[in-house]
Amino acid sequence: MSEPRTLLAIDDVSKSFGRVTAVDGISLDIRENEFFALLGPSGCGKTTLLRMLAGFETPTDGRILLDGKDIARTPPNKRPVNLMFQSYALFPHMSVRANVSYGLEMERLPSAEIRSRVDAILGTTELVPFADRKPEQLSGGQKQRVALARALVKRPRLLLLDEPLGALDKKLRGAMQLELKRLQHEVGITFVIVTHDQEESLVMADRMAVLKDGKLLQCDTPHAIYEHPADRFVADFIGVMNFVPGTASIDGVMAASGARIAGKVPPALSPGAAAVASVRPERIRLFPSADTANRTTGAVEALAYQGLDLQLHVRTPLSPKPFLVRVTADAADRRPVSSGDQVELGWDAADVRIFKE
Amino acid sequence: MAPALVWLTALMVVPCALVLALAFFRRGIYGGIDYTFTLENFGLVFDPLYAGIFLKSARIAGTATLIAVVIGYAAAYATAAAPRRWQPIFLFFAVLPFWSNYLIRTYAWIVLLNREGLVTQLLRWFGYTGEPPSMLYTEGAVIAGLVYNYLPFVILACYAPLSRLNPELAEASRDLGASAMTTFRRVILPLTVPGIAAGAVFVFVLSIGNFVTPALLGGGRFQMIGNLVYDQFLTANDWPFGAALAMALIAIMLLVLMAQALAADRAAGRAAEVKADG
Amino acid sequence: MTSLARTFSMRTILMLVYAFLYIPIAVLVVLSFNEGGLPTAWSGFSLKWYISLAGNAAILSAALNTLIVALVSTAIATLLGTLLAIGVEMRRHYGKGLEALIFAPMIIPDIVLAIALLSFFSMINLTMGLHTIILAHVVFNLAFVCSVVRARLKSFDWSIVEASADLGASAITTFRRITLPVILPAVIAGALLAFTLSVDEFIIAFFTAGAGRASTTLPMQIYAMIRFGITPEINALATIVMAVSIAALTLSQRLNRGVIGQ
Repeated sequence: MSEPRTLLAIDDVSKSFGRVTAVDGISLDIRENEFFALLGPSGCGKTTLLRMLAGFETPTDGRILLDGKDIARTPPNKRPVNLMFQSYALFPHMSVRANVSYGLEMERLPSAEIRSRVDAILGTTELVPFADRKPEQLSGGQKQRVALARALVKRPRLLLLDEPLGALDKKLRGAMQLELKRLQHEVGITFVIVTHDQEESLVMADRMAVLKDGKLLQCDTPHAIYEHPADRFVADFIGVMNFVPGTASIDGVMAASGARIAGKVPPALSPGAAAVASVRPERIRLFPSADTANRTTGAVEALAYQGLDLQLHVRTPLSPKPFLVRVTADAADRRPVSSGDQVELGWDAADVRIFKE
Repeated sequence: MAPALVWLTALMVVPCALVLALAFFRRGIYGGIDYTFTLENFGLVFDPLYAGIFLKSARIAGTATLIAVVIGYAAAYATAAAPRRWQPIFLFFAVLPFWSNYLIRTYAWIVLLNREGLVTQLLRWFGYTGEPPSMLYTEGAVIAGLVYNYLPFVILACYAPLSRLNPELAEASRDLGASAMTTFRRVILPLTVPGIAAGAVFVFVLSIGNFVTPALLGGGRFQMIGNLVYDQFLTANDWPFGAALAMALIAIMLLVLMAQALAADRAAGRAAEVKADG
Repeated sequence: MTSLARTFSMRTILMLVYAFLYIPIAVLVVLSFNEGGLPTAWSGFSLKWYISLAGNAAILSAALNTLIVALVSTAIATLLGTLLAIGVEMRRHYGKGLEALIFAPMIIPDIVLAIALLSFFSMINLTMGLHTIILAHVVFNLAFVCSVVRARLKSFDWSIVEASADLGASAITTFRRITLPVILPAVIAGALLAFTLSVDEFIIAFFTAGAGRASTTLPMQIYAMIRFGITPEINALATIVMAVSIAALTLSQRLNRGVIGQ
């Protein structure tokens, strides 16, 4: 496979509203045909960044290069970029078909071509039976598909999706995540999705960027970010993480309780500095073998079955918050535990990530 | 939006500013305007003769407001208690008369109240044989006309908060042991005060500056502030004094509006507190 | 109170209020079909007062004047008021001064605006007539149109305007194909309201019409007739005017329901 080509280059882009800096010197490359996620808590600047890509905001500083051409100051109606709005923004006075045709009419295409392209996209998005309905007669999931079809029919170079699944209930959201992936694969268009839901971006994105306070913290594949978070915030924001606060040593973190958590210390962290050791719940084993690098004991405070998994809250001397431990139901069957039991926990040094506190 | 703002500025702000300026000049000998600065016109407003008209106007407007609010609230309450699908229809018919001509609605009361009108005839039919009662051209007739003309607005203003009221609130109050009357007084009434206030302010402001109703139902000599202003401009030809009267009217109106805004702010503050607590 | 008794007392209240609201009008309408010349005693059905109205040149010319004033001022006010509403609602942040400026024409006592405009027009030596009535009526009409359209725009999803631009439409195309069609029912409702208000308005017209009978409007004519006394002819005229206003209101109400429907 050849090296993926960069479609969109965000080059040191900043945006300020008065004295508030919403986006602060972000640089990112988005590749051809990838499913890219902009992830962050609300107020992190992800929506402002997206609106700059769509053309509704102009960067205060920096360049936005699409196929090498700076489009930072091109108005939204002159960009080969389309946005699927969070509220869907369907035209209430137009039928589904008229909504979807609108963008092609703006390109002044012959009506026969408009009709065939609209028919095709309505087929792909399974909206044919609803073509003559008004938006108010559609369910949430159907509205979402109309918004998607309306943007996709223009065959944009880049499709932006602003919290596309935010308005749907949990069950439908799961189904639509897979549906969006399938559609993206089918139409071969680059998708950039904005979301605050880390689970959603882990499931859908080929690569993702984590933003906080207008700054880019980390940009990589979901797997790389999950396994090697760049800092404590990312580690906490993506997935679930257990933290043990303490001070850095040469080969680990000394917890306040006096226990030592073995792990690889990043070079930037000098011994004695405030640090935090972390481990994912699924990397913790119950009743580990004696040679396990990190071990502790604690009392089970609560436990919850989640189908294949069993989740335990274990109170340990290592941290003020109880440890979250996820073991497979099989493992739990072999040696049953119940609330109030004393258990031993253990995990390998290789599964420990250490950050500056 | 610029053309609209220019229009409003040229034909409302400037003329009103002009009236304000006029009020500080002297009346000319032959009815024109003598451009020397004076505060006399405002002094004259407080002359017992004219202050009395202000007080009378306030009394009439206040009485009309009180009656309109009591009737209007009851009607709004009854409408809000009706089945949901009937409510818009009830409301529509309550407001319908409001959109017919004001003069005609006022005239209808002349037809009703005059010496040979329907009311007199009804009295005769019940066996009354004396002189026809003089109902037209009284303060009562003016108040009846004002209530009649502005009642629909009070119904609308009171209906809005009543229809938004969560019925479970009243049920919760009953559940906690309150009587129907206490529930109304402690729960329903406080929550609908903004609507009552909006309706009351509207009736009061429009009544106190009214010209047509006192002129038609109060008879030739009956004067409220509006009629006084009218006379200064069209009969007495004392524009500066008329302008001062108009400004006094505006001042009263602004005071009432400010009081309402203040009360609304306090109510909104209370609501915000309740939300923060919840 | 049992729920039956409650329902009964609620019905009684509504019936009494409706009686209060409609009896005066009903009496007027019934008497307009009265054969006899006495305005309040029934003596048989007749359309003769309507026929005599049709031959009354003063009333016909006043009706024509009213129609001109209402149509022209409504057209101007609808255009200006709609643009104002869009301008105000789009910028979201606006000062209290602007808010007060738009609100003022709806709350200012008629008599004050009337004398203010009279002073202003005579100060700048503008000869008064139908055109000055139109200038004056636009002031409050545009405020009412603006408030009706703004009410609609409060629930307007501005992202559809952005969506239209995103799909390639220019600002003008977006206005023509998206914004205007969505708010059109409110614009028409506002126009009908303005028309009704203008047709009914008396005091401001009275002060800004200038001397002479040439620019007498229908409400001015009606006022003069009422001052003169009760006549069956006024009853007939009142019935017609009410029928027209109520038809306009009903229409505007239906359109507004269309707005809510969307």
